[in-house]
Amino acid sequence: MTKQQANWSPYDNNGGSCVAIAGADYCVIAADTRMSTGYSILTREYSKICKLADKSVMASSGFQADVKALQKHLAARHLIYQHQHNKQMSCPAMAQLLSNTLYYKRFFPYYAFNVLGGLDSEGKGCVYTYDAVGSYERVGYSAQGSGSTLIMPFLDNQLKSPSPLLLPAQDAVTPLSELEAVDLVKTVFASATERDIYTGDKLEIVILNADGIRHEYMELRKD
Amino acid sequence: MADGAAHESTEHKYRPISPIFASTCACTLSSPTSRRRSRNKPSVSLKYSHIHSTLIFLCFNSFSLIHRTTMATTMVKEVGSEPAQLLGPESASERTLYPYVTGTSVVALKYKDGILMAADMGASYGSTLRYKSVERMKSIGKHSLLGASGEISDFQEILHYLDELILYDNMWDDGNSLGPKEVHSYLTRVMYNRRNKFNPLWNSLVLGGVKNGQKYLGMVSMIGVNFEDNHVATGFGNHLARPILRDEWHENLSFEDGVKLLEKCMRVLLYRDRSAVNKLQIAKITEEGVTISQPYALKTFWGFSAFQNPTVGAEGSW
Repeated sequence: MTKQQANWSPYDNNGGSCVAIAGADYCVIAADTRMSTGYSILTREYSKICKLADKSVMASSGFQADVKALQKHLAARHLIYQHQHNKQMSCPAMAQLLSNTLYYKRFFPYYAFNVLGGLDSEGKGCVYTYDAVGSYERVGYSAQGSGSTLIMPFLDNQLKSPSPLLLPAQDAVTPLSELEAVDLVKTVFASATERDIYTGDKLEIVILNADGIRHEYMELRKD
Repeated sequence: MADGAAHESTEHKYRPISPIFASTCACTLSSPTSRRRSRNKPSVSLKYSHIHSTLIFLCFNSFSLIHRTTMATTMVKEVGSEPAQLLGPESASERTLYPYVTGTSVVALKYKDGILMAADMGASYGSTLRYKSVERMKSIGKHSLLGASGEISDFQEILHYLDELILYDNMWDDGNSLGPKEVHSYLTRVMYNRRNKFNPLWNSLVLGGVKNGQKYLGMVSMIGVNFEDNHVATGFGNHLARPILRDEWHENLSFEDGVKLLEKCMRVLLYRDRSAVNKLQIAKITEEGVTISQPYALKTFWGFSAFQNPTVGAEGSW
């Protein structure tokens, strides 16, 4: 008797790309707003960015239902933290919480590819990049999602990432100004949209700095 | 896609009548009793009951045959023709494996006063158009309208859950009532949790409503993927109707324009989706409430010259 094969998959890839860049006193987090399934577009205006705390913003692409559940879970945990400690969670703390939450479902993972961006306790920009089961690393910039393979090499080239093998360890935080970083993000998404079918429609950019949070939008190709 | 003026197709048993006439003159407000009645198994007319029993007999014996040839949703190596219980404990499953009785697309859009939603009344058993009077749209509470495609029994289960939800909401008696956003959120959680237990409710749900002047239209899939937009469609509608809506939808559509646009989409689906039947309902939800039209048929046109004498160019064909 042949073993029964599954005729439905609990996962789906709803596509999209996410990018985050850390600066000396700011952090830029960006994602496109297209949500797809297979070769169809479900909607052109879906936000992949979620503000978890005052100084932590997460962008996630992958399976939308898992992303939504993950965002809800973290938001709930953050609320409990605020009740218990009477303060907001710092970005490094949120980073570890996200990693632990992802690993908790190591054997039925959240199909979510995340970048967490924010300001650390010194006000410097920090970006953490994750895989689907929670391994994470603090970096100066990162890209995740369907367009990541197109975006990451370009960022490596433009942001002149220092080798991680250097001693003393050199910070990968970019010396670019905030406006230059935002401009770079726009360029990067325009390029990714050309070749990645799952990236496009509209770009949502969130900029975190000492003055607070700012949003910017840019139209992308809709084909 | 011609709008047949003088042509009346002989195949549909339902008289085509002007949709606007139908919806303005003969609307039924979906009441709890009618909902409960139609929650029961869809009734089969006596005329076809003997076919019904033969079908069941045939179906049971050719169980795997139907699945092998017709289940579009399955890409599976078939198990064999014995019922699941005889295969041994490791193969028997009480979880949903595949859908049996399925409804096809639901299409919905936002218009000036609220939401318009359309669905046909067909439910297929594999490739057989088994039931032709299934109401796939139901009102939920005071502010929402739910349309479903996919497994009909799972839709009935969802209605049961929502009945309980609305009941408890009413029992608070606090002047507040669950709006479409809340019902959509509840449904998303239910669908996602069932998917987590590997026992999904095999439906794509469309949830529309108006509360305090705010229009809302959203969709949930069987694995929990959800979003809201100005127009949504499930199943084949996603491929055939959405492009039409993307091209022709705009803010503040009038009721007539909205109905015309929906009918355009439903007509394309009728021509191209094999599981569509020419008996549909259009539902409207506004701040005042829900009205679901009486079933009616769309006018179709088949008088293309290529359809007359179809074998004229095929010499020697039998």
